[in-house]
Amino acid sequence: MRLPGLTRRPAPRVRGAGLAFLLLLPAALVVFGVVLYPAGRALVISFYDVDSPFPGEYPFRGLANYVDILRSSRFWTAAGHTAYFTVVSTVAELVLGVGLALLLAAPLRFRWLFRAVVILPWALPTIVNGAMWRWILNAEYGVLNALLTQLHLQESYRSWLGTNPFLALNMVIVADVWKNTSLAAFFLLAGLQTIPAEIREAARVDGAGPVRAFLTITLPMLRPTIAVVLVLRTIEAFKVFDIIYVMTGGGPANGTQTVTFLTYLQAFSAQRFSYGAALAYLTVLAILVLAMLYLRLLRQSEMRAI
Amino acid sequence: MKPSRGYRVLIHAAALVAMVVILAPFLWLAYSSVVGQTDLLSRPMHWWPGRFTLTRYREIFAGQDVSVARQFRSALVNSMLVATGTVAVSLSVGVLGGYALARLRFPLRRTTLLSFLVTYMLPPIALLIPLYLLLSRVHLLDTRIGLVVVYCSLATPFSLWTMSNFFGVLPVDLEEAARVDGCSRLGALVRVILPLSRPGILATALFAFLLCWDEFLYALIFTSTSDSKTIPVAIAEFTGRNAVDFGLIAAAGVLAALPPMFITLVFQRNLVEGLSAGAVKA
Repeated sequence: MRLPGLTRRPAPRVRGAGLAFLLLLPAALVVFGVVLYPAGRALVISFYDVDSPFPGEYPFRGLANYVDILRSSRFWTAAGHTAYFTVVSTVAELVLGVGLALLLAAPLRFRWLFRAVVILPWALPTIVNGAMWRWILNAEYGVLNALLTQLHLQESYRSWLGTNPFLALNMVIVADVWKNTSLAAFFLLAGLQTIPAEIREAARVDGAGPVRAFLTITLPMLRPTIAVVLVLRTIEAFKVFDIIYVMTGGGPANGTQTVTFLTYLQAFSAQRFSYGAALAYLTVLAILVLAMLYLRLLRQSEMRAI
Repeated sequence: MKPSRGYRVLIHAAALVAMVVILAPFLWLAYSSVVGQTDLLSRPMHWWPGRFTLTRYREIFAGQDVSVARQFRSALVNSMLVATGTVAVSLSVGVLGGYALARLRFPLRRTTLLSFLVTYMLPPIALLIPLYLLLSRVHLLDTRIGLVVVYCSLATPFSLWTMSNFFGVLPVDLEEAARVDGCSRLGALVRVILPLSRPGILATALFAFLLCWDEFLYALIFTSTSDSKTIPVAIAEFTGRNAVDFGLIAAAGVLAALPPMFITLVFQRNLVEGLSAGAVKA
């Protein structure tokens, strides 16, 4: 079977080229139609001034949208929130994840039950998680207020999400960490299980206590897994939108507005499609850097395995 | 060497604390869905409710006149249909393409594989605006079909990538044996490879389903009525309104959480089976 485009470079030992082309065609069409073409369109749109969903002639602005963004204080505030959210939630998920992974690997009596419980938050849909925490943190009827007040840990009910922007951002992080530590823990558990038991045993025979064994053996050997989890969680946290939308709607006083949230507002509330597309491409750029870092880490850990 | 008694007490205490922290919010969600409104809004909170009720679940499943409950019901149906449709499309193209990437030698194979991986990493926000403009021009906004098309941008690169990984670890011998027996490449794919990789296909399908079930940003932009609104959009919308009974939202949340939790608990076993399918000796 010969098809145009592929016949020109007949490499030796290529026996399935025609069939491969046929088999890949549906996938390629789908990916081109709903991923590559839109991605290209978004880049083009970001250079114009598109302000309505209808086709037509729109003024060309070159890089002006990008310049406007980089000059706007609102963008830098949102970028600050994104950075804070990303760093704090990722670090917290990693630290708690290592702890949970150690427990998952420990000789617990009800290990099967513990594993089933730990995996549950990961399965909870993000929006349900956000709605649940919003209800728990409710200023008038929330269970957290009830609990803290009745235990006399706080004097009266307080608004966790509604008045103090910094407190609200931290509460969103709590909800995110509660859900996503689960996945990090299972990743790290897989990493833990690749560490040979003899090495830890040898450390113990040499007289190292559990803390020293953890710091000198487990943690260094877990480093490749930690790096992978770190980058993957960073990429996810960088795109955060859902949980902020449902918990705070970007408020109070825009205090929880992230870059993705700002993009959404600009494009779909203000109909500034080009400005939004430019914002989105700045996110793509940042994620591209992170993704390259990720691929490099993967290659490095593969090399070490060999 | 046997772990000391103190160590065992410590890890059990830590595990217990972790379980309480994880389970308490869940329990509160479930509790809120079954207690009466007066108990829900009591202040100070009395911890033992006066009344348990299943009316909210009944309203969602069978209610005729309560509009919020009916919207939750149609949203659950929409989520189910859209996720299933997306899995069907992306899995079929993913199986075919994944097989080609894993088994056939052809020019630019590595480049193709890497470009699919790159598309997998693109953030949805980058595609949101052009997809919106595109869908509005072909009148597919606020339709389930439109949402399936958009979700294919998430699920297809994923299915391709994981299916090519699954096919890649299957033993070549079996397929070669089938070819010697007179099967064509495609015949070998259908008769030998597909039955063997059933666990892998199932795992990919379940993951893709979860991806669609959880998706929010696209659904928020591309749907506007109960013709196509999915359950995350409905829950987010009613969470933002103060007048709505939170117990009803909690009930919808519990219902929305059940399918992925069920899948996750079943999937744990399936993953192990999928990985240990050493069928070459059988």
